[in-house]
Amino acid sequence: MILSLIKKELLALLRDKKSRISILLPPLVQLTLFASAATLDVKNVPIGILNRDSGEEAFELVQRFHGSPFFTKIIYLQSVEEIAPFIDNQRGVMVLSIDEEFSRKLDRKEEATIQVILDGRKSNTAQIVAGYTSQIILQYNEDFKAKADLVEENSILMPRSWFNPNLLYVWYNIPCLVAILSMLTCLVVTTQSVARERELGTFDQLLVSPLTVRQIVIGKIVPGIIVGTIEGTIMLLCGIFLFKVPFTGSFLYFFCSLLVFVWSVSGIGLFISSLSRTQQQAMLGTFIFMMPAVLLSGFATPIENMPSLLQPVTYLIPLRYMLLISKGLFLKDIPLLLVLERVWPMVVIGICNTIGASLLFRRRIA
Amino acid sequence: MQRLKGLWKKEVLQIIRDPSSLLITVFLPLLLLFLYGYGVSLDINHLRVALVLEDTAPDAIRFAESLTNSTYFDVKVVRDRREIEIDLLRGDIRGFVVVPSYFSEFRERKSLPAPIQVIADGSEPNTANFVINYTQGAFQTFLTETFIQRDLTSRPLVQIEPRYWYNEQLESRFFLLSGSLAIIMTLIGTLLTGLVVAREWERGTMEALLSTAVTPLELLLGKMVPYFVLGMVSMVICIFISLFVFHLPLRGSFFLLCGVSAVFLLCALSIGLFVSTFAKNQIIASQIALIVGFLPAYILSGFLFEILSMPAPIRLLTYLMPARYFVQCLQTLFLVGNVPELILKNSLFMLFFGLLFFSLTLISTKKRL
Repeated sequence: MILSLIKKELLALLRDKKSRISILLPPLVQLTLFASAATLDVKNVPIGILNRDSGEEAFELVQRFHGSPFFTKIIYLQSVEEIAPFIDNQRGVMVLSIDEEFSRKLDRKEEATIQVILDGRKSNTAQIVAGYTSQIILQYNEDFKAKADLVEENSILMPRSWFNPNLLYVWYNIPCLVAILSMLTCLVVTTQSVARERELGTFDQLLVSPLTVRQIVIGKIVPGIIVGTIEGTIMLLCGIFLFKVPFTGSFLYFFCSLLVFVWSVSGIGLFISSLSRTQQQAMLGTFIFMMPAVLLSGFATPIENMPSLLQPVTYLIPLRYMLLISKGLFLKDIPLLLVLERVWPMVVIGICNTIGASLLFRRRIA
Repeated sequence: MQRLKGLWKKEVLQIIRDPSSLLITVFLPLLLLFLYGYGVSLDINHLRVALVLEDTAPDAIRFAESLTNSTYFDVKVVRDRREIEIDLLRGDIRGFVVVPSYFSEFRERKSLPAPIQVIADGSEPNTANFVINYTQGAFQTFLTETFIQRDLTSRPLVQIEPRYWYNEQLESRFFLLSGSLAIIMTLIGTLLTGLVVAREWERGTMEALLSTAVTPLELLLGKMVPYFVLGMVSMVICIFISLFVFHLPLRGSFFLLCGVSAVFLLCALSIGLFVSTFAKNQIIASQIALIVGFLPAYILSGFLFEILSMPAPIRLLTYLMPARYFVQCLQTLFLVGNVPELILKNSLFMLFFGLLFFSLTLISTKKRL
């Protein structure tokens, strides 16, 4: 009996071409868009240089900025008055200002200062650009000292990145998006199916059928889990073959964790749909849940940066664990023990969600 | 005019009766502002890293101190790297620094430089970048101290003097908050109108309205004006909360800010109307609204991700996103002031898109008659 209900739900969902497209396509569009656009890397940022020094050293320094792969567009300013409009109108993020004394001071082996003016409106970009600039200046210093026989230092810092040696942002985005978008798909399917039936009045027909409430609950949850997991798998394949993100871990672990994860969120879907009367409200409910869940999951910013009051809240979000599993299995080849360490909180959340939501569901429809 | 008033009255009643409109205009903005104001921050200052101190000579200890004194790190010091490799795998630490056992020995030799290794967890590239940059900072401090200790004058000759204009403390909250206003407006404009009008099409009440004496133009205006007012009220609430709760500075004029918001809202509403007229089904309308309205506002507006760093085709795509122009206006009006050229240029773009979508909706509503 449950099976036929599940079959009916899936048919209702997938029979109509428009709704088939509207469920399967948006996550894929989001994946593509997000994966290629959402980057906190900084490159191709135009900068301005105001060089008021005619000496050789200043010229050499400017040349180094030209040679740097980070700065492909360099605009020359002629006077100090041009700096403010340049930054204000966002023609560039940074202005490097070299004063008249720069080369002369260096020739005398005195300390010379260059001013770097950054657009604080984009504090993240500005900081990264400042980081690139100090790398260039650091190298310039070293070389200048070497030329002038001033070398004294004999230690060196050697940075490496494990798991993602070139720090490609796509390698981070894809594993996260697979989890986030599976969650979104599952929620949309679960909430909309109940809300739509309510709005059309067919839900009452379901209630008078010989199905028990428990069976109805299962029949409403399972399609969401199936579609969410399938969508997640499609996106996983896209990530591996289209975006060439390496998958180092075990597919079996990934698939099982995905299933547990999607199940643990489906209860939330049921919860939202028992509270909403129309599809519009269901959609909004999904939205209101998704926004904080994604923001607090550690996807946008590291959890340890959040205020200490908010940090405990993140333990209640299944996405938090799935992100770690997904990133771990994609990039770090994490062992079973580490996977299980993240799966059990999701199981606990899932059980609570399903029981809680079914109770509420039962009360709301009774 | 009489008919228009009637339509407005009907729409206002609908808004008041449906709790979800209240949810969107009051609750959702508050939730978002709270999250962006308190929860999300790009300013990193509690990076958990480990320091593997294989060498215990005074030099190595001094480097360890410059690292542990850095406000950006929470450092855990260990002797053996095997102790913390599992932590890196688990994600408990963001990276580790290794001072090898031969560090001080190599420092005395002049042939090869003594290495300090930094291993960052690349599975989060942005954090990895910060780990590397901040370690570099600590390393510089260590070098400068060494020079002072050895009584040498060879400090770095060229000093950088960075100045962050308009946001001296580098609070990412400032630009995140001003950007999140754009998201809230998009939500109200595109999602709410999209859903509401799609519902009318789905239930057939739109046809009923069209069969009355109401002209399509009146119909559209009747839909838009109440939601426009709703959106503006919500915007003003958001502005006041940003200013007085989160202490966002407002360096431009308040009226200009309202004007720019009105233009953007017009644009977002037109897009919402267009989407719903086109889709005529709530699920589809909400999905399209999500794709053309909300996601671009989030990803392609430059509010969180730098537009200039995106690949060229996507960079071109951002020019079609009204939110892009709005985010620029908001960030400028809040943090810089009235920059006439930038504000005017961006407002014109928004106005253009608004009129375009409004006329498109008008045409397609006429066809339906």
